[in-house]
This record gives sequence, structure tokens and C-alpha cells, in this order.
Amino acid sequence: MTTRLLEIENLTVRLAAGQAARPIIDGVSLHVEHGEAVGLVGESGSGKSVTCRSVLGLFPEGAEAAGGLRVDGADILTMSPTRLRDLRRRDASMIFQDPRASINPLRRIGDFVTEGLRASGVSRKGALDRAEELLESVGIRAPRAALRRYPHEFSGGMLQRVMIAGALAGGPRLLLADEPTTALDVTTQAEVVSILTRLQAERDMGMLFVTHDLELAAAICDRVYVMYAGRIVEAQSAEGLFSRPRHPYTSGLLAATPRLESDRPPHGVPGRPVSLSEAPSGCAFAARCAHARPGCTEHEPGLREIDGAQVACLRAEELIHD
Amino acid sequence: MAGFLLRRIGGIAVTLLVTSFLVFGSVHLAPGDPASFLLGGRSASPAAVAAIKEQYHLDDPFLVQYTKWIGGVVTGDFGKSATFRQDVGGLIAARLPTTLLLIGYAGVLILVGGLAFGALAALRRGVVDRAVLVGTGIATATPSFVAAIGLISLFAVRLGWFPAFGNGGGFGDRIYHLTLPAAALALTFVGLLARVTRTSMLEELGREHVEVARSRGVPGSDVVRRHVLRNALGPITTVTGTVVAGLLVATSIVETAFGLSGVGQLLVSSVTVKDFPVVQAVSLLVVLAFVTANLVVDLVHPLIDPRLSHAKGGKA
Repeated sequence: MTTRLLEIENLTVRLAAGQAARPIIDGVSLHVEHGEAVGLVGESGSGKSVTCRSVLGLFPEGAEAAGGLRVDGADILTMSPTRLRDLRRRDASMIFQDPRASINPLRRIGDFVTEGLRASGVSRKGALDRAEELLESVGIRAPRAALRRYPHEFSGGMLQRVMIAGALAGGPRLLLADEPTTALDVTTQAEVVSILTRLQAERDMGMLFVTHDLELAAAICDRVYVMYAGRIVEAQSAEGLFSRPRHPYTSGLLAATPRLESDRPPHGVPGRPVSLSEAPSGCAFAARCAHARPGCTEHEPGLREIDGAQVACLRAEELIHD
Repeated sequence: MAGFLLRRIGGIAVTLLVTSFLVFGSVHLAPGDPASFLLGGRSASPAAVAAIKEQYHLDDPFLVQYTKWIGGVVTGDFGKSATFRQDVGGLIAARLPTTLLLIGYAGVLILVGGLAFGALAALRRGVVDRAVLVGTGIATATPSFVAAIGLISLFAVRLGWFPAFGNGGGFGDRIYHLTLPAAALALTFVGLLARVTRTSMLEELGREHVEVARSRGVPGSDVVRRHVLRNALGPITTVTGTVVAGLLVATSIVETAFGLSGVGQLLVSSVTVKDFPVVQAVSLLVVLAFVTANLVVDLVHPLIDPRLSHAKGGKA
């Protein structure tokens, strides 16, 4: 068996807040195969961004991480800083939510795109040539001239393309996309998503796509993980998730999506999302769940395999949501 | 860009004109008869008083006096000093090199010290940061005459490493003589600049693009240089500009304390004897230094931040 591109096993991240270290993600396991697009979906505060950033060894200040976290078999948590820098330059890179905040406004586009390459020892000329190709591949017109321009001369959508070009510069095998379209308007979102999926397929990269948009994740990913309060509550194929959501939270999210073809107004999930630290014992979703029973609050449900899907719900077999 | 520069130079000319009026007016508002000040309190023959009054146009109406003076200033003639019996322009020109060297020396100390301590505090939170904060607090609160006395007592009197007095001859010897004065002059402003640098860098350290640069495998020192310090330069430049212009005023105390014959000391001695042509000229020089420093800061800012560019189409 070949090693998986990304393997997260039982990852727990704790924030050191004084004496009481509180966890923000708990026992998260997920994997991404070579060339596979995997979605990670959840509400704000569910821990999806923390999970995504941890892959590059980026943890909140003072946080402690435990568990397994491997990219191509190499353990991120025990890696030397030098090796970690190499990995960030070459093997895995991230696309961030807001390109306007993520690209230094005082430096040229060319500086941004070539920064990782230059740090890897590529010559200035070579790095600029490569950057020109990359900008062309993400659909930026007159790429040579664009290299000399500054971020404020670009629109948000164009800047996110620059961000993608910068992420691809080191030729990564794993792309981490942390809500790459959230800060963009709807028409731009579609363009950026299509560029992203095209390049992911062309370059045969594995991708972890973090979003709060279940539909978007299902549309571009092969498999989708759903997170709630720092834990994975459901994982299955994108089609399966849509046709047969197993966890009440997943079906709640799907029911909350507005639909053009339906006259019925969307139903929101009642209550408000909780973070792991404020979650009660047992199933964190129980308080908002229409199907909750007394047993639900007693102990935390583990992930169980049901018809090829993994679900963390005591009543998963009974509740088939069509 | 050329248009911007022309507008700014026009603005500077107007500023200088207005301040020249204020400077001239305030000197003449000072109580007492200018003629008796000019004669230094000696009793003189009516003919001598009349000659003085004639020379300084003291019998003319205020506006006429001002017009005659400013007319001379425009052509580089600042009048004659009453105590030195010399051209004011020549007096200042003879002392300017020492003062400029002192300001330059102190400026380098302020920049190096301020940036180093500020960056140190921003990057090493905890004990180092607190130590720098306490140290810069003390430095900022120490007046330069106190610093001068302290430095003289320690390095000149007790240790004997540096001279306490005089200008020195030759470049190396001058630098050697100016070391203690420059340190006394710089101390307060090193503290100020260190604090500004620290605050500005901390603000930049929290920016998303700094985290992004780290996530891309850029080495820590490059992240600090290209993304933190580089972006923190705006406030640092503004403060440095004002500080360096203000040094011209601060030299009056330090030059007096260290017995340097510079422009600052000239100002102090001229104020004491009411040698108003000199006071007027030095005051104008100070104003000129401030407006020039502001112009330089405004020209440097777009080089730091392209969003502030004055070039056509530079603003999106």
C-alpha cells in the first residue's frame, strides 16, 4: 500500500489558556489520497480552519497538538523547523480566505509569487519566468507586466488568482484551500473555483477544501467530512452526502440551503453553533437535534461505518434521511 | 509627481513667509527699546543711537521694517549681528557644519538604537520586552541637559574616555569630540523611536500576510525584514523626520552643555543679549528644517507604500 498524501489521525489541539488548557479540536481523523479532492465542511468555530492550518504546522499561539499528522508519511508534529520550511515550500501549500489581507500590500505581485521559490534557492530570473507561467495559468492577462504591479491594482478575484499562482509555485502535491471563495462575490467565486479544480486535476494534486458551503464542497470534492464543535460527525462520498445524509446535523445543513426550484423557505438549524470547549458531555449536537434521545447526552458517539459512510450518531441506522 | 513637488515647494514658501512674519513680530513684541539692547546697555551718544536706529531701521513703521528685513532675507542678507558686528549669514555658516555633524551623528544613533531596541522588544516578548519598555521609559523622560551632565560625569570625568569640551579638529577628532554630545542629544529620541518601532512592528506581526509568508516556508528572518519591519516603516519614518528636525532646537542645550560652538549655542547666547537679527535668522532656519523634513517624509512615504503614490494612475 502506498502512503497516503495526507493522513490525520486522532488529532487534538488544545489552546493553553492559563491553567485550563481547552481543546479546540478533538480526535479528528481524515485523509486525502494523491489527486483526490476532499471537502471539510462546518460552521464558524467548528475547528475546520484549525485542522487545515495544522497540516502546515501552523497552530494558534501557545497551542498543543497531539495525535498523528503526516504528509506523504512525514510527521509534521515532530518535524525539524528546517524540514517543515522545505515542506511548506515544496510539498504542501495553502490558499487563504482573504487575498487582500494575505498578500503584503507593499510588495509587488512578482515578489509574492516568487517568494517561496527564491527561498528555495531558485535564481531571480528563473523564479520570475516561472511566476509568469503561473500567472498565465490562472488567467491573468499580461502576466509579465502584472509581476511589476501592486496588490491594490487588482480586484479581489484577480488577487485570489495571484494567491493560487503563489501556492502552486513550489509544485506542491497537496493543496490546502481555507475558504478560498468566502471573501469573493458570487460570480468571482465560480471563476476561482473552476480555476482551482482545473489546476488540481491538471497537476494531479490532492486538495483539502475547507468551506462552510456544503453544496460547494459536494460539487467539487470526491469525499466530504462534516465537522461540528471540533469533531468530525460524518464522512462520506459527495453524492452519498447529498442523497443520503446520515447525521442529523448534515441533513440540517442541507435543509438550510436555499433552493431556487423549491417554493419552501429554507429551514435553519435551530440553536447556535457551539465550540468544543462549551459543548456539553455526550453528543455536542444533541441540544439542537430534533432526534435527540436521553442516551445522546450520556456519552460521546464515536464514528461508525454504515454503508460506506462514517457517522458519529447513536441513531444513524434508524434515521435515514432521504 | 512634478506637480506634487511644485505644490509642496509653493506651500513651503508660504509657510516660511508666514512664520517669518511671526518670528519678526514676536522679537519686536519683546519689551524694551531695541536700540538700548543693541548697545548692550551702555550709555551712548545720541549720534551713536541714531546710527544704530538708522542701521536697523528702528524708526520706520513695523511693516516697513519687516519688508526691508524680508527683502534682505530673500537675497540671503540676514542683516548684521549686534554683538558680533558680522553678517548673520556668515556667523551661522561658520557654525552650521558642527551642528549638522552633531545632528547627523545623533540621527544615526537614534535610528540604529531606536530600530534595534524597538525590534528587539517586538520580537522577544516577555522579559526582554519589559526591560526595553522600562529602559525606553527612563530614556524618554531624561532631559538632554541631565543626560549631558550624567555622560560628562561618567565618561569624561570618571573614566576619561571622551572629551567633555570643544569641537576638535579634523574629521576623526570631531567625531570623537561629538560622541558624548550626540549621545546626550539622542537618548530621549532613541526611547521615543524604540517605542514607535515596537508598536508599529507588533501591529504588523499580527497581520494575516505575515502568517501567510510563514506558511509558505519563508525563513523567519526574511519574514521579519520583508513583511514586518518593511511594513512598519511608515510611522517610523514620520517620527524620525520630526525628531531630526527637532534636533536642531535640542542642540541649543547640548551645545551649551558641552561648549560646542554651533548654531544652537549661537541661538542661546543671542537670545540672552537680545541680538535679534541672529535670533530671527536661526528661528527661520528651524522652521525651514521642519518643513524640509516633512517634505522629505512625504516624498519617502510613497516609496514605502505604493498605495500612497503621487504618480498619475498610481491610485486605484
